[in-house]
Amino acid sequence: MAYAFRVKGHFFLRRHASAIGINRYLCHIQAIKHTMKKYIKDLTVHAAERPAKGYTLLKLRAAESDTLPPMEPGQFVEVRAGSASDTGLRRPISINFVTADNSELWLLIHEIGARTRALGKLRKGDTLNCILPLGNGFRIHAEGARVLLVGGGVGTAPLLYYGRRLREAGCRPTFLLGGRTAEGVLQGDLFARYGDVYLTTEDGSAGERGFVTDHSLWKGHFDAVATCGPKPMMQAVARKAREKGLPCEASLENMMACGLGACLCCVEKTKTGNLCVCQSGPVFNTQDLQWLD
Amino acid sequence: MARLNVNIGALALKNPVLTASGTFGYGLEFADFVNLEDLGGFIVKGTTLDPREGNDYPRMVETAGGMLNCVGLQNKGVDYFCRHIYPRIKDLGTNVLVNVSGSDIPSYAACAERIAALEAIPAIELNISCPNVKNGGMAFGTTCEGAATVVEAVRKVYHKTLIVKLSPNVTDIASIAMAVEAAGADAVSLINTLMGASIDIERRRPHLSIGTGGLSGPAMKPVAVRMVMQTARAVKIPVIGIGGICTTEDAIEFLMAGASAIEIGYANFIDPAVSGKIVRGIGQWLDSHHVSDVHAIIGAAL
Repeated sequence: MAYAFRVKGHFFLRRHASAIGINRYLCHIQAIKHTMKKYIKDLTVHAAERPAKGYTLLKLRAAESDTLPPMEPGQFVEVRAGSASDTGLRRPISINFVTADNSELWLLIHEIGARTRALGKLRKGDTLNCILPLGNGFRIHAEGARVLLVGGGVGTAPLLYYGRRLREAGCRPTFLLGGRTAEGVLQGDLFARYGDVYLTTEDGSAGERGFVTDHSLWKGHFDAVATCGPKPMMQAVARKAREKGLPCEASLENMMACGLGACLCCVEKTKTGNLCVCQSGPVFNTQDLQWLD
Repeated sequence: MARLNVNIGALALKNPVLTASGTFGYGLEFADFVNLEDLGGFIVKGTTLDPREGNDYPRMVETAGGMLNCVGLQNKGVDYFCRHIYPRIKDLGTNVLVNVSGSDIPSYAACAERIAALEAIPAIELNISCPNVKNGGMAFGTTCEGAATVVEAVRKVYHKTLIVKLSPNVTDIASIAMAVEAAGADAVSLINTLMGASIDIERRRPHLSIGTGGLSGPAMKPVAVRMVMQTARAVKIPVIGIGGICTTEDAIEFLMAGASAIEIGYANFIDPAVSGKIVRGIGQWLDSHHVSDVHAIIGAAL
């Protein structure tokens, strides 16, 4: 994770959608994509946990008279670290999890810069100003789809909520989580609630030794792949998916300022030109990106 | 309630608060956070005759009290704007201004001419100060002759309110302002971003893809206030103040420095609702200070 900036989300590829005959569904989803209202809310820290050294898990709730808006897996939140008079930029943080009753939003923070460290100092009862939900989420596949979710480092974060939603949709998510060491793989027990979990570590301290693309799991049969993590890892996963003829979505984390599609800073080169990760993504179909050619 | 309406040339603003080009998209991106009708107006992102892809990523880095950007005028071109975006923003109940840029004099004029045909756009802001493009942009805005030449060419084809956005990357901004005033500008807006750079010391490379970028945010505010004062003393046309305005007090400061209106840029990124808050804040500030008309504080510190 090179940056303190993390984002997650989704994007549908028309070509792929028509290939599997869900054009009507796609249009419906894209209509939603453009009408999901965004909010600025002061959320309350209900719990601040330390799942590993250098990581904080914030469990946030709406103020008493308020509710959380609907959120899709892969979408993200722009959080304001610091006081209301602080003029620093917000940080985009992916939605790690939303509880079934939509009362609690989890953000998993990797503390790697001054602002993410400030987020790590939040305690129960503190408030966190959030803009949400932002971007477009991962695709919720049809019932029975075997989906391989590949995460690396803190990039595993959005896959937890995605796994829950896939499971509810009747899909069979399989999680392949990678880290440098066993300590670098977070929330493994939670992922296990929604599907089978496989690990790789670079030092072999958990699961198979090596990278996520080396895992023997790839010999199995899947219908789709989704990935989130460092860009080189996602690019390797995208190539692997293409080799196997599988559609692949990737969630990008380009550095951004506004998160709303206004500043045009977080662009990724795509086959239709530079697109904002915050607005057209953060989840893209990897065939739409200029990664594979 | 104090009177807030101001005029910029023939352009009547219900209050002096605009949002700055490149920080507010096409307005619609902020409609969930701001009642757009509350604003004096907003200025849509820099538009050029031909589509532009802009510079490579990375395009931004946060710095103390602000950020550097090198977006490089990414936009889909004026024809796309006229056909696809204009119909969606022409009836928003506020002034919609277009920031116009170009790579040479004919492309500035041609772009302005297309915008002139759009009935609901009452004014353009001519960008002769973008620091992030190789051709045009700031190249015209750093000499009196260059600035005057572009403004004269655009003035010939554009007969509504013409605002010229000035670069701070000059020795004497007041002389540039006087040159564009003489060339027929109705107003000047300032300042565009200050050129800067930032190094990633681990990679031993600049953070930004093209090495340099434009600094925005509160870090630049004192420079902007100074330049607004110098310019307001030098020209008779209205001055629009821009530069790190984050609060009502910042906006008041620019008005007292001689600005007839202000633009909010960087602060939209921190708080997308800030522009509406500053509109209300100016009214409350004037009321609490028993000032009945915003004109009473414009230039009060000069």
